[in-house]
Amino acid sequence: MDSKTRDILEILEKDARATPEEISALVDMPAEEVQSAIQHLEKVGIIRRYKTVIDWELAGEDYVYAIIELKVSLERRQGYDAIAERLYKFPEVRSVRLLSGEHDISLTIRGNTMKQVAFFVAEKIATLEQVQSTSTHFVLKTYKEDGLILEEPEHVKRLPVSP
Amino acid sequence: MESMENCRFVAEKVKKVPPSGIRRFFDMVSGDGDVISLGVGEPDYVSPWHIREACIHSLEHGETSYTSNSGLLELREEISRNYTRRQDVYYNPESEILITSGVSEALDLAIRSVVDIGDEVLVTEPTYVAYIPSIVLAGGKAVPIPTRRDDEFRVKAEEIEKRITDRTKAIILNYPNNPTGATMPREELEAIAEVAEKHDLVVITDEVYERLTYSGKHCCIASFDGMRERTIVLNGFSKAYSMTGFRLGYILAPKPLLDAMMRIHQYTMLCAPVTAQVGAIEALQNGETEVQAMVNEYNRRRRLIVKGFNNIGLDCFNPGGAFYAFPSIVTTGLTSEQFAERLLEEQKVVAIPGDVFGQAGEGHLRCAYAASREDIKEALERIGAFVNSL
Repeated sequence: MDSKTRDILEILEKDARATPEEISALVDMPAEEVQSAIQHLEKVGIIRRYKTVIDWELAGEDYVYAIIELKVSLERRQGYDAIAERLYKFPEVRSVRLLSGEHDISLTIRGNTMKQVAFFVAEKIATLEQVQSTSTHFVLKTYKEDGLILEEPEHVKRLPVSP
Repeated sequence: MESMENCRFVAEKVKKVPPSGIRRFFDMVSGDGDVISLGVGEPDYVSPWHIREACIHSLEHGETSYTSNSGLLELREEISRNYTRRQDVYYNPESEILITSGVSEALDLAIRSVVDIGDEVLVTEPTYVAYIPSIVLAGGKAVPIPTRRDDEFRVKAEEIEKRITDRTKAIILNYPNNPTGATMPREELEAIAEVAEKHDLVVITDEVYERLTYSGKHCCIASFDGMRERTIVLNGFSKAYSMTGFRLGYILAPKPLLDAMMRIHQYTMLCAPVTAQVGAIEALQNGETEVQAMVNEYNRRRRLIVKGFNNIGLDCFNPGGAFYAFPSIVTTGLTSEQFAERLLEEQKVVAIPGDVFGQAGEGHLRCAYAASREDIKEALERIGAFVNSL
């Protein structure tokens, strides 16, 4: 990947709303070329989608998040991908990861109440044939999400003028 | 209240030093909340966390004593490896590297160790504000060499040679340059090295912005044949690693020159702060990712600000390093000072008038792009509005 393409991706990763015109000035490339580069990156799937990180708690929407660790058994000729697919199709499931170590798969679940999340795990996840055990951890507070610190950001304290 | 200039207790050499023009601007700006400042000559990043964490760990473990006068050996070894790798010039960590309290102390030591009363020191203009006062305080005479926009603010070997007298002792180079952002390509530096060797000059090269180079590679004059013995390299951690408040710099020089600087350092500073030295070791060992990220971001802002000034109609040469743009404001008919003062009063944007950096800076502004992109965009809009209102 050339450095200008990488530059475009880094800018969009930090600010999905950056326009081709704005990016053009930052990477020293005509806006039309930036536009077509972005279209190409979208087409080949390097840019998967544009995302907004929302602090729902601050917005007054108290979602409940939980991390579920699963132990699973594998069927003949079926790898982890098959059970992963079963899991990620549930809209309540926000992320699915294959892990090394004691557990096989980690899920992040979002619901409106603890009860809703608990019942979803009990009824939909634990009952799957390949799932041997589940371990549920409710998230009490999120400090950092997707590389973004959700606390008050740290500001550099500088003098207004210096040599 | 009696002024300093009239106070009979104050030494004449101090009275000779003019007050900093930047200081005057600082006093004008202080306390105004709506101001956007392009006047800050330091990174707008907090020092990377792993560097701060190393300092915290060091304090927790009671590392609060003096270090050797030269500084921690581990830090000197890291610096030596670093310069050998990047600039292909070796300095012995035991005898040719000195850790100082910022490049400011390093500069003072370099000048005081080579300048006798009446000696002349060549200084390129526009110049960093501390060079000439440091020369004056050491009893020397500063001889400015103007650089021009048409030469991309690079000093020419022939311009240096023209100003050499039998009292000329040294020349101070500062590339990448504060305030212009100019860089110096290898072939032009070689010509300067020839002049320095021919006239037996000491070269003091301030390379504090060396890591902030956006096109080509910074070249250290000490790496040329015959130059190491006459060169004092000054560098530090403030700009590359965003560690301005740590006050940590270093000097690379051949043993006789380093011993001379050590003689002053051991009686004045004694040693640089130990906690800062620990942070610097961490910076050199594990800080490259952050350096690259900061350089990439400065580069984007550089493009943004240079294009912005040219769109406004203020000619701005493309700086190859540091984090300063140096646009010309001559088309407005105002002096640098008038422009900067009115810009502050009418549009609440701080930019430093070019004449603060010497007569060769007149007709320009120093605008630091070590500011957020949002602030840069807003500042450019306000500057555009100001120019259109003239």
